[in-house]
Amino acid sequence: MSDAATLTETPQQADRAVTIYEKSVPGRRAAQLPPSGVEETPIEELIPSHLLRETPAELPEVSEPEIIRHYNRISRRNFDLDTGFYPLGSCTMKYNPRLNERVAALPGHARLHPATDPADAQGALELMYLLQESLSEICGLPTVSLQPSAGSQGELAGLLLTRAYHKDKGRHPTKVLTPDTAHGTNPASVSMAGYEVVKVATNETGGVDMDDLRSKIDDDVACLMLTNPNTLGVFDENIAEMASLVHEAGGLLYYDGANLNAIMGQARPGDMGFDIVHVNLHKSFSQPHGGGGPGAGPIAVSDRVEPFIPRPQVVKAEREGWDEFFDLDYDRPKSVGRMRGFQGNFGVFVRSYAYILSLGGDGLSEASRLAVLNANYLKHRLSEGRAGKYLPVAFDRHCMHEFVLSGAPMKKELGIKTLDLAKRLLDFGFHPPTVYFPLLVDEALMVEPVETEAKEHLDEFADAIEKILEEAESDPGIATNAPYTTPVRRLDEVGATRRPVIRQPR
Amino acid sequence: MAGYTPATSDDQAAMLAAIGIDSIDELFAQIPDAIKLDRPLDLEDGLSESEVYKRLASLAQWNQDAEEIPSFLGAGMYDHYVPAIVDAITSRSEFLTPYTPYQPEVSQGGLQVMFEFQTAMSELTGLPVSNAGLYEGPSAAASAAYLAMSATGRTGLVASRGVHPHSRETLATHAVGFGAELTEVPLVDGLTEAAALEAAIDDTTAAVFLQNPNFLGSVEDIERLGEFATSKGALLIVAVDPMTLGILKPPGECGADIAYGEGQPLGNRLDFGGPSFGFFCAKQEHIRRMPGRIAGETTDVDGRRGFVLTLQTREQHIRREKATSNICTAQALNALGALVHLSWLGKQGFIELGELLARRTAFARDTIGALDGFELLHDAPVVREFAVRSDRPVADVIHMTPDPAQPGPHIPVYPLGRDYPEYEDSFLVAITENRSVEDINELAHVLQHGQAGWGEFIHDHDENGNALGENGLVGATQGGEG
Repeated sequence: MSDAATLTETPQQADRAVTIYEKSVPGRRAAQLPPSGVEETPIEELIPSHLLRETPAELPEVSEPEIIRHYNRISRRNFDLDTGFYPLGSCTMKYNPRLNERVAALPGHARLHPATDPADAQGALELMYLLQESLSEICGLPTVSLQPSAGSQGELAGLLLTRAYHKDKGRHPTKVLTPDTAHGTNPASVSMAGYEVVKVATNETGGVDMDDLRSKIDDDVACLMLTNPNTLGVFDENIAEMASLVHEAGGLLYYDGANLNAIMGQARPGDMGFDIVHVNLHKSFSQPHGGGGPGAGPIAVSDRVEPFIPRPQVVKAEREGWDEFFDLDYDRPKSVGRMRGFQGNFGVFVRSYAYILSLGGDGLSEASRLAVLNANYLKHRLSEGRAGKYLPVAFDRHCMHEFVLSGAPMKKELGIKTLDLAKRLLDFGFHPPTVYFPLLVDEALMVEPVETEAKEHLDEFADAIEKILEEAESDPGIATNAPYTTPVRRLDEVGATRRPVIRQPR
Repeated sequence: MAGYTPATSDDQAAMLAAIGIDSIDELFAQIPDAIKLDRPLDLEDGLSESEVYKRLASLAQWNQDAEEIPSFLGAGMYDHYVPAIVDAITSRSEFLTPYTPYQPEVSQGGLQVMFEFQTAMSELTGLPVSNAGLYEGPSAAASAAYLAMSATGRTGLVASRGVHPHSRETLATHAVGFGAELTEVPLVDGLTEAAALEAAIDDTTAAVFLQNPNFLGSVEDIERLGEFATSKGALLIVAVDPMTLGILKPPGECGADIAYGEGQPLGNRLDFGGPSFGFFCAKQEHIRRMPGRIAGETTDVDGRRGFVLTLQTREQHIRREKATSNICTAQALNALGALVHLSWLGKQGFIELGELLARRTAFARDTIGALDGFELLHDAPVVREFAVRSDRPVADVIHMTPDPAQPGPHIPVYPLGRDYPEYEDSFLVAITENRSVEDINELAHVLQHGQAGWGEFIHDHDENGNALGENGLVGATQGGEG
């Protein structure tokens, strides 16, 4: 490190990363366990010694105050939604109401064992049933399975349902059509479900190229998988025609619900002709993203797909002695089976259901309207001044909840890449938008401001971009060497891949 | 309706004017009328915060809190004590509210947590590489199968019936997509039948799945069983309960290629089954095929130590249809809970907890196995869970009220019939440090006296759980003090 760098080092940067393992001192401990209350029989008398561990696991030896201090300290090296604007496209980083955390932590919800007899879990099963009904109404499809653990598992579930549907009809199509604007998980899920990915081109207005689609539809198409609005923030007007083309050829339509936040209460995937939808509860329904999980990816399906949904399913059943009884139905002979253990991410369901109750039907609709207004306003602000010159909108029309800018002119004229702009934004206290996605836009920057962000923050963000571009006009090095104020500066990612060090050495 | 949106009508007017339109409706003009929703959503109107709280609290009252009637339910998820510092740390907004660490310079906290978590799981399992977490246990099994198929170029999967039934069912579901075939191997005397396992493995077998302790709670000889897999060139994949790894030989020392499991017992609530996390550890040679996220150590331009997501070329956002998995989350918050719990237990506490489980389980097994009308299903060694056979139908035993048509509650033990028709007359009893000797005695009492019910027992005891009268309990309590 140069002396100059030392002199300008921020206090956060001076606080070097030290792991909990490096703080370990033999003999220190935090936990005091209760006495067993039974005879201290040597373990070898309970379990044959050749099945026992010989070398202890090297876990940290630290006291409780040191643990608290360690994790609180490193938490401050994280950017989070509660302290800053997070316009990460297609991730829908909306405010996470703390009420939702409180109700999820109620002992009846939090300390409910998943194998509890349904008679003793009626509150949880009723909640799941009510959530199924709410999502069914929002998606415009009659049946909802809450089981999938995340959007990507919902995708895989949807594709396995597609496979089961065709097999039931004695068909074995091999292809799944996905637009080149699709989320990265779509093609990965398609190949994990044993299907071949066939890409469909995008037209000049940002929708599916209908000629290309027509040329690729035949009776070997299992389904068309897309999101509407798509990742460019464009609502595809041709959806009804696409649906009839695919259905006529015997295929199904899969809706990637990652962008559902744009259309709640405005339009429903079921009404557009989709057969299967996954809903990212962690996006549209305000779950904290937890630094990469947990979430949940329920699926809503049409009647033709319903027999194949994962089991068990929460149902209302007749039960002697009960006015109303909610049960887990395992007796679904055509079901694809299980996608995961137990009933799904119930803690996530509690939070999402609380959010739906808080907003109500009107509130969900208003949330989408304000998300779209914020996106269009921010797009407008970024079409002015230097941003308009160096960062043109990829497909310039009214957008839905997100839009995509291209940094190609910026790279050409100022010599700074989209990544440099993103890194410089960190110094201004903003989390950057999604970069280099979707893949079809050169130097893409994908912005999603969401409805819980105030106009002032959108203005501040637009001002910051203007300022960064102004700096770059006179000195591009400011951006290409950014960031300066973050806990660490640009990291050697290539080196990390070449010589992976993925654990603390002993 | 909740006040989560800041835009006032003035803000909205200013934004519309800037865009140059008159109403928000114009922004939705691109949705064709034919598919526009022409009515409000058929959902209730929004409620105030206090109303929502009451509604959710009233639903919660219908759920049996695992402490209210002490729960002996296990079967993969366990009511362990979660130390207070876990909630304190995981509820910090810096850990609760960020996204996946795509911008490492401002995500060092979360990335360091992943790195430390990987280290801890690697230590527990005795395998050199770990990812930063998967959705949960059973779907981690499917990820392991996918890796094994890609590493061996084979399609056969063999699983002991000692592997969690949800994992086997999840494997079967995913196998349809992978084009794999799943063969199951029976249990005999509570353990995987070695001869049947050997016979099931051939040179088309990609992976052999075992679980330790197995679903019946028995400790398997993984090392010996695993040799059948290794000798035929299949990968050995072992599901483990992390809370037993303080005392049981880790899978990495038993020859396992992959160890995975349900992480819930570590620092995670029961939450009726989720969210929790799955862990996934492997031999070094599989590092570039591992599913999920991995954090790696590196340096910044000034030479400071830092962490990044690494080996991402395996992942969906870069290679798309060539990705080694479609998994898009590391369950990072749940993994943090586990890391804090493990740091709290520490090197010595982790061993002590394993020993406590084994000793209390032995006591519970002796106590319940000695009751009239009940016997142990098998004699294999157990560490935290065991199976009990009953003379009466299990449904009658666990239903505490005389009339089956009356609403709950049930004795919280796990009936084996749905998953194992061959053990329809048996149930599982799981032990954690939250289940005291008194709780175990209570369970014995209620099993013995059946429909007398739990309430009666509780009323016969003082606030410390000591028996007040002679009801068959006192003897059992004394037995427990030995």
